[in-house]
Amino acid sequence: MNDALDVVLRLVAVLVVFLVFPLLVGQTEHKVMAHMQGRLGPMYAGGFHGWAQLVADGVKFAQKEDIVPADADRRVFQLAPAVALLPYLLVLIAIPVGPRGFVGETVDAGLIFVLAVMGIGVLGSLMAGWASANKFSLLGGLRTAAQLMAYELPMLLAAASVAMAAGTLSLPGIVAGYHWWWTLWQLVGGLVFFTAGLAELQRPPFDMPVADSEIIFGAYTEYTGLRFALFLLAEYAGIVVLCALTTVLFLGGWHGPWSGSAGWVWTLLKTAVLAFVVIWLRVSYPRLREDQLQKLAWTVLIPLALAQIALTGVVKVVTS
Amino acid sequence: MNVAAAHPGFLSPTGVEITFVLVGLATLGAAVLTVTTRQLVHAALWLVVALGGLAVEYLLLTAEFIAWVQVLIYVGSVVVLLLFGLMLTKAPIGRSPDADSENRPVALAVAVVAAAALVWVVVDAFRTTWINLHGAVQGSSRATGESLFRHWVLPFEALSVLLLAALVGAIVLSRRETAEPAQTAEPAQTTGSAGAARPGGGTGTGPTRAAGAAGKERD
Repeated sequence: MNDALDVVLRLVAVLVVFLVFPLLVGQTEHKVMAHMQGRLGPMYAGGFHGWAQLVADGVKFAQKEDIVPADADRRVFQLAPAVALLPYLLVLIAIPVGPRGFVGETVDAGLIFVLAVMGIGVLGSLMAGWASANKFSLLGGLRTAAQLMAYELPMLLAAASVAMAAGTLSLPGIVAGYHWWWTLWQLVGGLVFFTAGLAELQRPPFDMPVADSEIIFGAYTEYTGLRFALFLLAEYAGIVVLCALTTVLFLGGWHGPWSGSAGWVWTLLKTAVLAFVVIWLRVSYPRLREDQLQKLAWTVLIPLALAQIALTGVVKVVTS
Repeated sequence: MNVAAAHPGFLSPTGVEITFVLVGLATLGAAVLTVTTRQLVHAALWLVVALGGLAVEYLLLTAEFIAWVQVLIYVGSVVVLLLFGLMLTKAPIGRSPDADSENRPVALAVAVVAAAALVWVVVDAFRTTWINLHGAVQGSSRATGESLFRHWVLPFEALSVLLLAALVGAIVLSRRETAEPAQTAEPAQTTGSAGAARPGGGTGTGPTRAAGAAGKERD
């Protein structure tokens, strides 16, 4: 009975994190973008610096009519937001926050689990793009698929390099095996992982599939109301997951001064800094063209990831 | 997961066994829908359900590593390639009557024969083998890795070479197509993968490329 209660509490905690953190990232994005562009951002909702802006947005989305286009494939169209969002909830369960079992659920092959489930989320965009019966949506879906195929590989290779270094696939195991010089050793892999992850989330500068000024938000053109909000939430949940994963794999997770008592603070802090970088990139980098996207993945990231694996292997053999 | 058979037997099924059968039936249903639905993209989506069901079956047999790799390669890559190919060829919403090759009886016969052969082989080979779900996990990544690289190294390496050959073949094929009209290198990559995903052409090269990546990753 105690075990069951423990599991339920952990899952509820993960659910709360899943519902709260993406909104925090969203609000931070509002404010950071605004200040980087020399304006204030939302200031009125809720009083103090517009803290309730996203709550107001949520109310607005909930009030909107849920429209399904006449020619759309109804069931696939309605199912797509759930397919896009739920994988990130599942992934959060396996991400360790602090030492001594501060994790939703320890998964033996956690690294593979996380990457596999993250890949499913993209199916949601594909379903949305196809089922909308809209040329722009179909184009967006196509670009999404091409982008996933191109960037999944460097991401996997970079993650494999960390798994080789730690000698385990379990995420808590990888953090437990971390030493400070790993960040330098795995630096290239970390950059490749983060970049490929950004591309998989379709965040700027890799937002060709949703390019709002060209193909009107791609796969999400026809969505309104809550379903559109779910896609947005999936994007921000994806940012949280990607930053937390990069922290766990390459930045040593809970390691830092006083990590015994305040390890979880370090994980959250590193994740927050990475989330800030994600927002920063959105404000400061222009969108990559489709052929540049593909070229970057196939001719830069994959060779770099392979070189990182070779380096990891050499160091591993020399030091063991 | 923790309730397992103390005394193996078909007449006293445990929770895991019942779940296994139920998931198996759902997977079978999804697989049948995959080949019988008249909407192309729906077939690909039902394939996702079928492959996901298989992953759950692996999980129930405690083969965790295989289960996640199944999701990663098949659901995450192969189906995305399939959908990409379908979208490139403008898969219509609704029925696609021209996609019927009218070979239903032959296909059914081949499927039944193949299924019968597979079931017979598996039943004959593993009739008396029982997985002890109580003891140490037998499908963990450590166990899988040890058996793969201690007992099955030669087949593993042979498979790697085979996949490498397929990879090189795919590159050669895609180069020949685009060598004449233009000299752009990077669209060749994308059209290559698109060509591989097209149902008629080389469906084999798509999965092998993804699998080749996985093989590399495990090297």
